[in-house]
Amino acid sequence: MPKPLKKQRVPMPEQDPKERIHNFNEVALGYTWELALEEASRCLQCPVNHAPCIKGCPVDVNIPGFIKKIREKDIKGALEIIHETNALPCITGRVCPQEQQCEMHCVMGKVGDKINIGKLERFVADEAKKMGIYPEVYIAPNNGKKVAIIGSGPAGLTAAADLVKMGYDVTVFEALHDYGGVLIYGIPEFRLPKEIARYEVEYLKSLGVKFIKNVVVGKTLTIYDILNDYDAVFLGTGAGTPNFLNIPGVNLKGIYSANEFLTRINLMKAFKFPEYDTPIKRGKKLAVIGGGNVAMDAARSALRIGYEEVYIIYRRTKEYMTARKEEIKHAEEEGVKFMFLVSPVEFVGNEEGNVKAVVLIMNELGEPDESGRRRPKPVPGTEFGLEVDAVVFAIGQRPNKVLYQEVPELKVTKWGTLIVDEKYRTTMKGVFAGGDAVRGEATVVLAMGDGKRGARAIDEYLKGEPWPEKIEPKNF
Amino acid sequence: MFEIMDKKVLAPNIKWIRVRAPIVARNAHAGQFVILRLHEKGERIPLTLFKWNEEEGYIELVFQEVGKTTYELGSYEPGDKIMDVVGPLGNPTPIQNYGTAVIVSGGVGAPIGYAVTRALKEAGNRVVSIIGFRSKEYVILEDEFKKISDELLITTDDGSYIRKGFTTDVLREYLENGGKADYVFTVGPVIMMKLISQITKEYGIKTDASLNPLMVDGTGMCGACRVTVGGEIKFACADGPDFDAHQVDFDELMSRLVEYRPEEKIALDKYMKGGC
Ligand SMILES: Cc1cc2nc3c(=O)[nH]c(=O)nc-3n(C[C@H](O)[C@H](O)[C@H](O)COP(=O)(O)OP(=O)(O)OC[C@H]3O[C@@H](n4cnc5c(N)ncnc54)[C@H](O)[C@@H]3O)c2cc1C
Ligand SMILES: Cc1cc2nc3c(=O)[nH]c(=O)nc-3n(C[C@H](O)[C@H](O)[C@H](O)COP(=O)(O)OP(=O)(O)OC[C@H]3O[C@@H](n4cnc5c(N)ncnc54)[C@H](O)[C@@H]3O)c2cc1C
Ligand code: SF4
Ligand code: SF4
Ligand code: FES
Repeated sequence: MPKPLKKQRVPMPEQDPKERIHNFNEVALGYTWELALEEASRCLQCPVNHAPCIKGCPVDVNIPGFIKKIREKDIKGALEIIHETNALPCITGRVCPQEQQCEMHCVMGKVGDKINIGKLERFVADEAKKMGIYPEVYIAPNNGKKVAIIGSGPAGLTAAADLVKMGYDVTVFEALHDYGGVLIYGIPEFRLPKEIARYEVEYLKSLGVKFIKNVVVGKTLTIYDILNDYDAVFLGTGAGTPNFLNIPGVNLKGIYSANEFLTRINLMKAFKFPEYDTPIKRGKKLAVIGGGNVAMDAARSALRIGYEEVYIIYRRTKEYMTARKEEIKHAEEEGVKFMFLVSPVEFVGNEEGNVKAVVLIMNELGEPDESGRRRPKPVPGTEFGLEVDAVVFAIGQRPNKVLYQEVPELKVTKWGTLIVDEKYRTTMKGVFAGGDAVRGEATVVLAMGDGKRGARAIDEYLKGEPWPEKIEPKNF
Repeated sequence: MFEIMDKKVLAPNIKWIRVRAPIVARNAHAGQFVILRLHEKGERIPLTLFKWNEEEGYIELVFQEVGKTTYELGSYEPGDKIMDVVGPLGNPTPIQNYGTAVIVSGGVGAPIGYAVTRALKEAGNRVVSIIGFRSKEYVILEDEFKKISDELLITTDDGSYIRKGFTTDVLREYLENGGKADYVFTVGPVIMMKLISQITKEYGIKTDASLNPLMVDGTGMCGACRVTVGGEIKFACADGPDFDAHQVDFDELMSRLVEYRPEEKIALDKYMKGGC
């Protein structure tokens, strides 16, 4: 008699919220072999060409395939299956919004909990790393062509990995002093240890990818300089410029973009000030404006550097928040306070110019906007004040224009995102782009998917596919 | 790693260094800056390009020791290496032939003023340099300015060298005496730039100021360097550092500059006590 199916998913052990708000160690501790085997045993092993989970994954990971290998205790096999389409499983397993992707479609949802696909993916990657197992890769002999990748975020890293395997001579240029893009300066240590991004970069170096940091393309080198030396270019420069609301008091001291707040903490290690030189303000009350992953990361980081009361100020209702469900839950467990249907209208400062309060107005939900989400409408006369020592804006980012402000050939949309066609070709010959630079703020796995398809398109171009007369813009 | 090739002390707490950085020298222009990080635990700080040489692959910086990072950099000797140098950053100062250009620099603004003065001179302007220092011992780059200026007006706050007064006094006298000024460029302490811009506004002279807010990345990614210009939020690193001085909210800039004063003191005290 087969065992009856276990309906509940095997929970992943986590650090206790009371403890974890005092450290930056990873919150989710990872499955043990025992737990992973138990979770893997729940999968119905849908046939690969019908498995609904695969359809939900932007990079088509063969999910039943790798889960089968876990059951067989074959980590190398599992890793190799994942690596067929996903070069960074220890990252996606941690940060993909699985509930909107692979897990959303899992058929187990009809009888119980969906399979914990992300956690199993992470298990495979972590276990392989622990055991020093690398997937076997075939690196084609050098074909004499050079490709430059601008930006070392997930889009750039994925493109670099694929191109080096195809035999190209690949160089990654990065503006900052460390590689990984948002993975190192944005997403905090407690969700994605920096050492993981570092490990992936080292792996790419071992495959022959060259890395050059402290190069701001558009300043240190222009795109024309690069096109002189390389046969093709992939722009994976992300959407790194933060938005602020131009309301009174926005430039008071103590008001930050999430990028600044998180960069100080993650990249510059301000949480270890004064051992590290970069400071960060430590107060008592902090408000984060926004409802996405970035907002959750800022709020939870604020708790960890010692803020006692941390608020999320969101203009719509809870169900519209774009953050991963798991992160919202984590934030709630850690004591972040949520305020829904409110928007800031003004910041009030003290004599020294430090923010001391934010004036908020209540919203009601009106007609749906283009995204189908109901648009918040302020209700006149409902203003009220909230005392704070610091405010973090997490209301979205747009692409950084430094790269292409003096490159008229590169056309952008009205949102500042680079225009590309189906094959990730920009309006400049030989220049491709993907990730947040073309999508606006999106996700790690979508950026990786672009890097992959971008690499394929570069390969076709360098093998002789003609550049089109006109670029037909792809809609994202 | 970026090697320090040479070093000089120009005045108390003011140092000049030449750093091997061929990739920065290649596309450098007057008014641009670099961001450097001394070591793994270091902060990223901006310093303006004083001079650069593409053929020989170096840049020169002049800095004043004011806090932990600049004191530590001041302790580096030729042969020592700086971990990260990135640049050139910011937009080059818009250089054209205005006719007569007056460059007003104060204190360690002088090296920045120098690069711009030289570029304005090369573009065919008649250049008048006004530079102010606290006192005689802080006077730097006098000979350098002499070589490229059609007229050089130096002043000291306490009158210990050449004359007594602030750069604002000198500029006002210059204009009152019928001195020509088709364009003014100013760089130095924020309060000085503010007062200079008030004077040139009275006279209706186009004026740019080189702003120096706190910065982290220097590439438009964080917004730490935001300033208000003409009522709009601008990022000094990506949109500047030069802006129309008559539109800049200098008071806000002054306030934002001291945001981390208590932390800076902690860092400096710890460093001075021999910690690291
Ligand atoms: C705080 C935060 C939390 C997030 N959480 C999640 C999450 O949980 N799950 C998820 O899927 N997504 C998340 N995201 C979104 C995700 O990180 C991005 O969609 C993804 O990183 C985009 O990848 P990318 O490679 O396009 O760009 P980026 O990761 O932004 O990398 C771009 C790189 O290019 C460099 N660069 C830019 N301009 C230049 C230039 N001119 N010259 C040289 N280099 C340049 C930048 O310095 C950067 O390193 C989060 C984002 C943030 C900010
Ligand atoms: C675009 C730009 C170009 C600059 N060029 C030069 C230069 O060529 N030579 C030079 O000596 N300095 C220059 N500065 C200032 C220099 O960056 C600061 O002096 C330096 O960051 C101080 O670091 P610290 O750790 O030594 O001192 P901190 O401990 O960080 O600061 C000590 C004190 O210096 C003041 N300070 C800090 N940062 C700045 C700043 N950015 N501007 C003005 N005052 C500041 C603070 O108010 C503080 O009280 C420039 C700044 C900018 C933004
Ligand atoms: S890459 Fe992301 S979406 Fe795809 S299987 Fe892995 S966790 Fe799920
Ligand atoms: S849909 Fe669910 S049950 Fe089916 S293969 Fe995918 S993970 Fe397993
Ligand atoms: S220094 Fe970060 S945006 Fe200017």
